[in-house]
Amino acid sequence: MAGIPHDHYEPKTGGEKWLHKRLPIVGLMYDTLMLPTPKNLNWMWIWGIILTFCLALQIVTGIVLVMHYTPHVDHAFASVEHIMRNVNGGHMLRYLHQNGASLFFIAVYLHIFRGLYYGSYKAPREVTWIIGMIIYLLMMATAFMGYVLPWGQMSFWGATVITGLFGAIPGVGETIQTWLLGGPAVDNATLNRFFSLHYLLPFVIAALVAVHIWAFHTTGNNNPTGVEVRRGSKEEAARDTVPFWPYFVIKDLFALAVILAVFFAIVGFMPNYLGHPDNYIEANALATPAHIVPEWYFLPFYAILRAFTGEVWVVIAAEWITFGIVDAKFFGVLAMFGAIAVMALAPWLDTSSVRSGRYRPMFKWWFALLCVDFMVLMWVGAMPAEEPYATISLIASAYWFAYFLVILPLLGVIEKPTPQPATIEEDFNAHYAPPAASAVTQPAE
Amino acid sequence: MIRNIALTATTALALSAGVAMAAGGHAEITDLDFAHEGPFGRFDQNQLQRGLQVYTEVCAACHGMKFVPIRSLSDPGGPEMPEDQIRAYAAQFTVTDRETGEDRAGVPTDHFPMSGMEGAPDLSLMTKARAGFHGPYGTGISQFFNGIGGAEYTYSILTHYDEEPACAPDGVDGFYYNSAFPNGGVPDSCKDEHGVSTVPGSWIAMPNPLSDDLVTYADGTPATVANMAEDVTAFLVWAAEPKMMARKQAGFTAVVFLIILSSLLYLTNKKIWSNVKGKKIA
Repeated sequence: MAGIPHDHYEPKTGGEKWLHKRLPIVGLMYDTLMLPTPKNLNWMWIWGIILTFCLALQIVTGIVLVMHYTPHVDHAFASVEHIMRNVNGGHMLRYLHQNGASLFFIAVYLHIFRGLYYGSYKAPREVTWIIGMIIYLLMMATAFMGYVLPWGQMSFWGATVITGLFGAIPGVGETIQTWLLGGPAVDNATLNRFFSLHYLLPFVIAALVAVHIWAFHTTGNNNPTGVEVRRGSKEEAARDTVPFWPYFVIKDLFALAVILAVFFAIVGFMPNYLGHPDNYIEANALATPAHIVPEWYFLPFYAILRAFTGEVWVVIAAEWITFGIVDAKFFGVLAMFGAIAVMALAPWLDTSSVRSGRYRPMFKWWFALLCVDFMVLMWVGAMPAEEPYATISLIASAYWFAYFLVILPLLGVIEKPTPQPATIEEDFNAHYAPPAASAVTQPAE
Repeated sequence: MIRNIALTATTALALSAGVAMAAGGHAEITDLDFAHEGPFGRFDQNQLQRGLQVYTEVCAACHGMKFVPIRSLSDPGGPEMPEDQIRAYAAQFTVTDRETGEDRAGVPTDHFPMSGMEGAPDLSLMTKARAGFHGPYGTGISQFFNGIGGAEYTYSILTHYDEEPACAPDGVDGFYYNSAFPNGGVPDSCKDEHGVSTVPGSWIAMPNPLSDDLVTYADGTPATVANMAEDVTAFLVWAAEPKMMARKQAGFTAVVFLIILSSLLYLTNKKIWSNVKGKKIA
């Protein structure tokens, strides 16, 4: 593997050499596990492991749940109750799967915002970033379709609202919506195709995760200084890095154990906290719930979708310029997907030559505001579409776009960065005293 | 990092409470301390059995519980009734056999009957499908100890059949005023100029089902409306979440195990890094 110079696997015994010649799988595992990793990574670099765990958790619990679930409008709700009441450990599996989705999204948002602050998206890591964004989109699709499967009221009406978004596309919208639903409305065909895709997409995600990891193993990890690991020689690289095993494996496992303690407290003691009570009412096409609210992890983008109503001047202008093709509804859909698109384009929108936000005095404040903005969007997304929430969501949506489309490009030009350390080693030594003498004498592995 | 997680978690929680608040009208929900609440709360077995009695003698006249198998009355962590009692209980129902198509007496493996009256909702999941604390108590972490308030909602509905308010002295035909019910209709005379209701709760189609001494408890508990409402609510919480005891036990075991594991991993991590990293100086 290209990248930071380090020791590679050397087959020693006859059997090892035999296998290595035919399939260098042990070498691949060795290189993956012994990857030189910047030794200054902070606690925001744990989310990758948490996410990998979440994916495994969702796939394992999901596969068992499928053994007892029936994807049919007449039986889906009852089969979930069957899981909750009659299947051995079924209630635990189901609650783990349900809350596992929330853990997955908490982790992915922290992972993404970590990348946004430390400039992990910048060259040469754009491909890692883009693949990450595709994974995030697939996660949203998977979570949305999974939420439909219990066939509760929110499942049904959430599916109706979200697929209705595609109906807003001019010209082909209705065709696309019908194609997605398998009919004119959410019904058995919808449930079946969502079930099929909900089972399929996690494996696509798993494959993309492998590519995501491959990509950053090629470029090396970013780190809190944003300064690259020296690659002149193995010795030089070793002064900036430690091998992934055991240093970061143990660190990440510690973080995982702490987070899982919180996670299991939620699953054990308040598993329905993040859910909506209406989803314990079987889907009914004739009774619309008073408020259709998506799951918490969709709220920021749901807020952006709703922010652009027909009274907003950009929407009126867009409608006028396009001769009515882009109406308020379609504009909202464009804005929602656009909000994710601008994030995906961050590597090309950010003009600063400095990677880490740590050395960017102005960027820091705009970034902090973006984090607040995200929380505000999440909050207004849960509120009814009325004043003052409409105005707040419009301002918050505007900032989201301004951050990526205006602030990031401009800051690179007007900002004066503070001095960066020359090497990771220099930064590390500035923060930590040398290890105690007794510790150094121990072997490094 | 831990602070970070805690923050995220609380924010997420506070937000979901926000979702809820939007859903509820304003209604009076009584916060009650049920035996099953909190991480260590356990169902009161006697209460569940009294609740089953109220359910059977009062609620079941109109409502059903089609997702609840009768046999689960003997499962651990529930009313834990003896087998012979359950067999006798099941036998009072007439069931159309799925295989023979003929009517026969019920057996424990049958489910509770479905709602017999049109419009009366199934009660199997009622305490999970309603959320009392989405209203006045919709604050973040308190739900950790109080739950979502489905039980309190049910209890409040049963006990909040109040006097018709002054704005509607003649009442509403076919409906009953209930100060805990958020989703019903409100007559125009009880709305202000913005169309917002001026009274707590609204009008509900279900007449007041409970009155003092409606049932006779075998264990001598006074059959007041409050007692019956509390007992039947506890029973419905069990019906909606029959594995609650097992779940809390599993959660507790997992949390203790993970705390021990993370302590060990913390020490391992410290030891491993000791040859790379000294004390933090800046």
